[in-house]
Amino acid sequence: MTKSLPQAGRVIPAPENVLPSEAMLSRRNALKTLVGGSVGLAAGSALAATDPGLGIAPWAKVLGKPVAADAYGMPSQFEKNIVRRESPGLTRTSQSSVAFTPLQNLFGIITPNGLHFERHHGGRAEVDPYQHRLMVHGLVREAKVFTMEDLLRLPSVSRIHFIECGANTGMNWANVAVPTVQYSHGMLSCSEWTGVLLSTVLDAVGIDRKQAKFILAEGADAAGLTRTVPIEMALDDVMLAYGQNGEMLRAEQGYPLRLLVPGVQGVSSVKWLQRIEVGDKPWHTREETLHYSDLMPDGLSRQFTGIQECKSVITSPSGGQKLLDKGYYQISGFAWSGRGAIKRVDVSTDGGRNWRTAELQTPVLTKALTRFRADFIWDGSPTLLQSRAMDDTGYVQPKIRQLREVRGTRSIYHNNAIQTWLLDANGEVHNVEV
Amino acid sequence: MWKSELAAAILLTLAVGSVHAKDYGIGRPATPGEIAAWDTDVRPDGLGLPKGKGSAAEGEPLYEAQCASCHGSFGESNDYMAIAGGVGTLKSDAPLRTVGSKLDYATTLWDYIQRAMPFTAPKSLTADQTYAITAYVLHLSNIVPLDAVLDQNTLPQVKMPNREGFTLKHGLGSVKGKPDVQNTACMKDCEKTVKVRSELPADFTASMYGDLSQDFRSIATMSKVSTTPTKPAAAVAASPAKLSAQYACSACHGIANKVVGPGMREIAAKYKGHADAEAKLLAKLAAGGAGAWGSVPMPPQAHVPEADRKTLIQWILAGAPD
Repeated sequence: MTKSLPQAGRVIPAPENVLPSEAMLSRRNALKTLVGGSVGLAAGSALAATDPGLGIAPWAKVLGKPVAADAYGMPSQFEKNIVRRESPGLTRTSQSSVAFTPLQNLFGIITPNGLHFERHHGGRAEVDPYQHRLMVHGLVREAKVFTMEDLLRLPSVSRIHFIECGANTGMNWANVAVPTVQYSHGMLSCSEWTGVLLSTVLDAVGIDRKQAKFILAEGADAAGLTRTVPIEMALDDVMLAYGQNGEMLRAEQGYPLRLLVPGVQGVSSVKWLQRIEVGDKPWHTREETLHYSDLMPDGLSRQFTGIQECKSVITSPSGGQKLLDKGYYQISGFAWSGRGAIKRVDVSTDGGRNWRTAELQTPVLTKALTRFRADFIWDGSPTLLQSRAMDDTGYVQPKIRQLREVRGTRSIYHNNAIQTWLLDANGEVHNVEV
Repeated sequence: MWKSELAAAILLTLAVGSVHAKDYGIGRPATPGEIAAWDTDVRPDGLGLPKGKGSAAEGEPLYEAQCASCHGSFGESNDYMAIAGGVGTLKSDAPLRTVGSKLDYATTLWDYIQRAMPFTAPKSLTADQTYAITAYVLHLSNIVPLDAVLDQNTLPQVKMPNREGFTLKHGLGSVKGKPDVQNTACMKDCEKTVKVRSELPADFTASMYGDLSQDFRSIATMSKVSTTPTKPAAAVAASPAKLSAQYACSACHGIANKVVGPGMREIAAKYKGHADAEAKLLAKLAAGGAGAWGSVPMPPQAHVPEADRKTLIQWILAGAPD
């Protein structure tokens, strides 16, 4: 990338999309004028002549709305496209379904609370926090019941962690199947979670550290969702979370209390958490046998496959986006690892033949999304964009064919392959596999 | 003063430091009855199964009434979740994951039915009903005969076809696990050939997902919105006082007294008996003006919808009642 940057005015920032046809035409004409010899005109002023935005705007001539016009602020009316979406045809009922985060539209690493992906097994429970209780029992000195007030009194921590569904990108195992990064990778979100370390509560009830090997976490929802968590994780960084990005959890995220198992597939982070049982054997619940177990080519299913291995994806440019013109763009995306922190991200613009190292935006945190960026000047020819992450264990994100050689195409879960986007000569970006 | 605060801080530190064995004294003991009521989970060894029993034959009518509409009379309906059949397909290219083909323990079925089924009325089945339906669902996959009676002793002994179908030999169970697939961080000439092996047919995307430009923060959409602003939902007639606050009238006009401009009731008093007051003030409100009450000009308020202006003026002329 040794070319000089094109002149100002040709830049269409990557998160934005197409212009309406008439605006595109006027801009193209303006550019023609520019190139065709309006000598002496600066790019800015040439465009200014055709740009309806450069006048005294109507909103500059009236008094604005008062403070607290919206007591709880909402996004601008112009952001109405930035929403969670269900993938058409994926599920039969919206109560046991998933709504994907619009990763293509996000900045930084924190997912706005209203855009955190949703996955429910029996609908979204509406839990009254005053009536909600957490029971902790089993191999403990004294089984206890905690109110939300009790939990809010205990020593708290706040930590930034991603949650990724184990089936994220599952639709791409055999071939590409969805058009945008929202559907291919959008069962992924990242928040600052606040709560009590589970170890704090397990100590408070006097866990039998010799006998205890697993815990069972149970939700208060219609599905009564249950998952077994190994005791090493439970006593390490697992949280009882009630806070999400500075406010209480959203109902979609298990208000008023959820388990948070950092780095592990989302189903383990049981929402609407009402019970923790300490035991000496795993429970083999439905969501760790019938589902959330990875079917291998030999017919065996890998069970208790929790860790979300190192993965990355370019979110801009990404599938469904359209680049209006040649010139400068910033490649940007997310990298994350369930085993630790991101060490490096490389990007390729030639389908993986050659790579260069991207810049990591701080903070770079363990088991959290990390934002990477790289300069890119598009010359207008078809381009295959990829990103490849490495975590601090030295593990390098694999190619889809390397995963398939070991795991086949039927496992559904834990597809952390390198994603390829084809930027075609028209500027349209497509999900492809190379 | 300073010294006593320091002493208090030290005392407080000592007090916190003496919390015994990290028991914060928070939370209350769970009673045996409470634990029994909530501890409904069932393990493969049968721990947690309650008393009660049911046969597959008894389960059939219950299944027909409560389960068949989603799962099919033979457990075959894949509309929601096929629960029977598929045994032996897990190695094939079209594996069918069902209760019969995938579960390693029958206890899992019992546990799931009692906590989550029927889908629209979970936790509504009795223990006997759950045993009976469990038996019938197992029967649909030919795992138990129709006359099989399941209870807390017999259910854990049911041998599922896929009992040996799971493995823990993988690196995904622990943060320290060894990955099974490795790539290298090659930087130059890493691939001999690069070709697109899979892509979506264009018509598939359009028909399934519609206009993808709508999924982006797009200039196109913004232009459309700004030229045809969305109308606020038909206003539930806001109170004049609220409108006064919304349009910041009250920033300059007190109810009774002058702030920057005249008080609302001062205006009412001045125009009392003038038949044309409403029209005159409406015009003044839209155009703005100065001089009638002092030299500070009032900015034009033409942006305030006419209906709201009218409401406000009528309210002011009526003496700005509460």
